[in-house]
Amino acid sequence: MDITRNQPSARRFWSWFIPFRRDIGSWAFALNRATAIGLTIYLFLHLIILGKLAQGPGAYDQFLELTENPFIKFGEWLVVAAAILHGLNGIRIILTTLGVGITRQKQLFFGLMAIALVVILIFTARMY
Amino acid sequence: MSEMWKITLRVHRQKEGEAPHFDNFTMEVNPDEYVIDAVERAWAFHDRTVCFRHACHHSTCGACGMRVNGVEKLTCITLMRDVTSNGATLRVEPLRNFPVVSDLAVDMGHFYRKMERVGARAVLPVSEAEIENPPGEWPPQDAQYIRLSDCIECGLCISACPVMATTPEYLGPAPLAAAQDNGIRRKPELLSVVDCEDGVWRCHSVFECTAVCPSFVDPARRIMDLRRQVVGARLRNLFGKA
Repeated sequence: MDITRNQPSARRFWSWFIPFRRDIGSWAFALNRATAIGLTIYLFLHLIILGKLAQGPGAYDQFLELTENPFIKFGEWLVVAAAILHGLNGIRIILTTLGVGITRQKQLFFGLMAIALVVILIFTARMY
Repeated sequence: MSEMWKITLRVHRQKEGEAPHFDNFTMEVNPDEYVIDAVERAWAFHDRTVCFRHACHHSTCGACGMRVNGVEKLTCITLMRDVTSNGATLRVEPLRNFPVVSDLAVDMGHFYRKMERVGARAVLPVSEAEIENPPGEWPPQDAQYIRLSDCIECGLCISACPVMATTPEYLGPAPLAAAQDNGIRRKPELLSVVDCEDGVWRCHSVFECTAVCPSFVDPARRIMDLRRQVVGARLRNLFGKA
């Protein structure tokens, strides 16, 4: 009998990203995982780009020209949006861990995400 | 005459040597019946090989926990009208994160062993229970009384927890809530059990355990309180006040 199919396994991490039909906490968890993965990927890309400095000013300047590309610019926007969402969601986790707002964690999430939305909109207006 | 709905009960089937699949059972139900009634009807009138766990039918034994349309429910207290509608399909599956024994029945042994590990109490003195409006001080004649623990060990929180899905060693919501109920001051030996990688710090504050708990144990709040207890115990140990 395939009893392993239903048991915990590290390979089932994909279930973190399927919050459909679940409570708001699962959506917050999925958002935090997704933004964390995005920011980690960005960190590596950032280090690779900084490595261009070691190849001389020419190589770095050549890369900087790329940042005017709309796709790269959108990527930068995604990084900032992810950082804002991740940071504010993290504040919710810190507060609840400290015993603050445990029974109001849903309202806390909606409130912080509303702030995130406003900040992202302001950033978008300034960026474009 | 009472209102009747026609529904399709979609039951997860998994027998030894067979690939998991779903069987559909079309039936008439009263929307004010409970989901367990539909499962029992499938067994009684459609297929006697449908395997599921149940006992008390009034949310005391915790045996009939299943996933109903993807969400953990205690099926004996889940009204049909709350989870389906006339002409709709109602999907029932076994709890996640437990080995499937057959169809909807899962092996809870590993979970019960974790509950034992933290010394989960089935009953506790009424003076130690979390109740609404407790008296400032319990009269001695009342303090002798005991009551059942809120947790009915149904395993819904274990199934709903996304961290549990990837980490079998994680103690999980109900055992951590039981540890909080015991308290580290009363049972100092619990510190080493919960203050570890797969203990209280593994929780990622998803709050699904509290969302699905049918018994108002509120495991998420208890886990946060247990963290406070752990930090307190560590500080006391640090300053030699244990």
